[in-house]
Amino acid sequence: MEGKTLELASLRGACKRYGDVVALDGVDLAIAPGQVLALLGANGAGKTTAVALLLGLLQADAGTALLFGQSPQRLDARRRVGVMLQSAALQNTLRVGELLDLTRSYYPQPRSVADCVQLAGLDGLLERPYGKLSGGQQRRVQFALALCGNPQLLFLDEPTTGLDIEARQILWRALRALVAQGCAVLLTTHYLEEAEALADRVTVLARGRVVAAGSMDEVRARVSRQHIRCVSTLDADAVACWPQVHEVHRDGTRIEIVADAAEEIVQRLLAGDPQLRELEVRRAGLADAFIELTREDAHQEQAREARHREAA
Amino acid sequence: MMNTIAKPLRHATLRSYVLEAKYEFLRLLRAPVFAVPTILFPALFYLLFGVVLNFGNGQAASYLLATYGVFGVTGAGLFGFGVTVAVEREQGLLQLKRALPMPPGAYLLAKMAMAMLFSAIVSLLLAVMASVLAGVSLQPSQWALLLLVDVLGAVPFCALGLYLGTLVSGSAAPAVVNLIFLPMAFLSGLWMPLAMLPDVLGRVAPALPAYHLGQVALKVVGMDGGAPVALHLGALAVFAVVFFVLARARLAKVG
Repeated sequence: MEGKTLELASLRGACKRYGDVVALDGVDLAIAPGQVLALLGANGAGKTTAVALLLGLLQADAGTALLFGQSPQRLDARRRVGVMLQSAALQNTLRVGELLDLTRSYYPQPRSVADCVQLAGLDGLLERPYGKLSGGQQRRVQFALALCGNPQLLFLDEPTTGLDIEARQILWRALRALVAQGCAVLLTTHYLEEAEALADRVTVLARGRVVAAGSMDEVRARVSRQHIRCVSTLDADAVACWPQVHEVHRDGTRIEIVADAAEEIVQRLLAGDPQLRELEVRRAGLADAFIELTREDAHQEQAREARHREAA
Repeated sequence: MMNTIAKPLRHATLRSYVLEAKYEFLRLLRAPVFAVPTILFPALFYLLFGVVLNFGNGQAASYLLATYGVFGVTGAGLFGFGVTVAVEREQGLLQLKRALPMPPGAYLLAKMAMAMLFSAIVSLLLAVMASVLAGVSLQPSQWALLLLVDVLGAVPFCALGLYLGTLVSGSAAPAVVNLIFLPMAFLSGLWMPLAMLPDVLGRVAPALPAYHLGQVALKVVGMDGGAPVALHLGALAVFAVVFFVLARARLAKVG
């Protein structure tokens, strides 16, 4: 039994369909203590359904969802969890302090109000009605409600959608502080830079299936592409014909190349243009990996459909 | 060996129930769209029809004291549940509450307590107006019984409101609830005795829960239609159970 305790939450072969639409098709997912797992996918890939299964809002048609080793519908399990859902309009006429008071009462060992205020940046907001706050302030209140129960695991569904850069940075900082205290996080986000900044593990969903899972570096490494930028007079169209080069863009005096095996390309660039300056090589980011992985999946899907048609 | 993760945390949930109800009441009290019509309309109607227009008519003052109380209770239950559940379901608050470790039933019990509290306020306001302005005089036990009927009478309308809240969207809910609330009040004889209305309406009335609660309240002031009180209470219990079961089934499906 000891081994199982390493997972705070897990899906095993989880399937869920809504009528004819398959939302999840045999998904495996696990979060260990202290981990920050980013669950990525396009709209309709199944992220929200996966979160709903783990929180007990939905029941899987097949497979299992476990939260702290028990059914997510058990109160005991959910008392160790903090939740921030994408769309949750709280009661406009309640004050921030009242919302916090109520939500803290659900938990056996809640964080002090002062801690919540400090972590989520709610200074001076406790007496304000929720409906009178700005969008960013409301998001911070929702974040405070998520962390007020002193959770071991936080579910954050698109936490920074609609926030400006400063508000996003505040939330990231608070999240890092929580993680440093040992809190695990399951994060769904549209912003790949957000996942890259916060997460140490990634699971990519496409059409209800897991297409990639692993550490951030492993998933990034699934894609060998690199970005090369420099100031050069070389002809972009000519460079585009070189082997291993995928894309070339010219932007004024700058040229940007997306390629595999950057070393060879750089050698050719330097040989072709001795005046070349400001050379930068950047490995693939999560965004590249994400695009590539979901594209691969789409190709495979098309191939499968084609085979089905031929067979039929 | 028990590990720390699987060990259940003991936690007293009573405080959550109390706070849930307290804040449900506070937030509706601060929302004029709900509080003003729910509390003031029965009182204003009573002032107009029970006190001013029927001045010196003790019968009308007693009758309307009983029925406007029921009118207020119907409104508190239908609007307090119907509109808020529809809006909270649509805006995701209900889902968040289900994801949070809110103790079971706290959401519904809080709304029920709120509806009963609003019913009590309406009932007491009418009682003060009736005794001070309209000169209605009842035994202490009658006053107490009327308050009890109004407070407990909210339950079937909470169930009906809950069911409506699971059926309609947040924006449509106020209109739909009004379309049920106002005709039901009229057809149940809450605004004027059924004897003053065409016969056919009197035969429809027993199909409406507000009619039965109206009859129970009228029995307290000795002005009911004469059917046994157990029949009315039984009908109200059936309405409450049926709509609650329907609502539960619907909530399980639509969340």
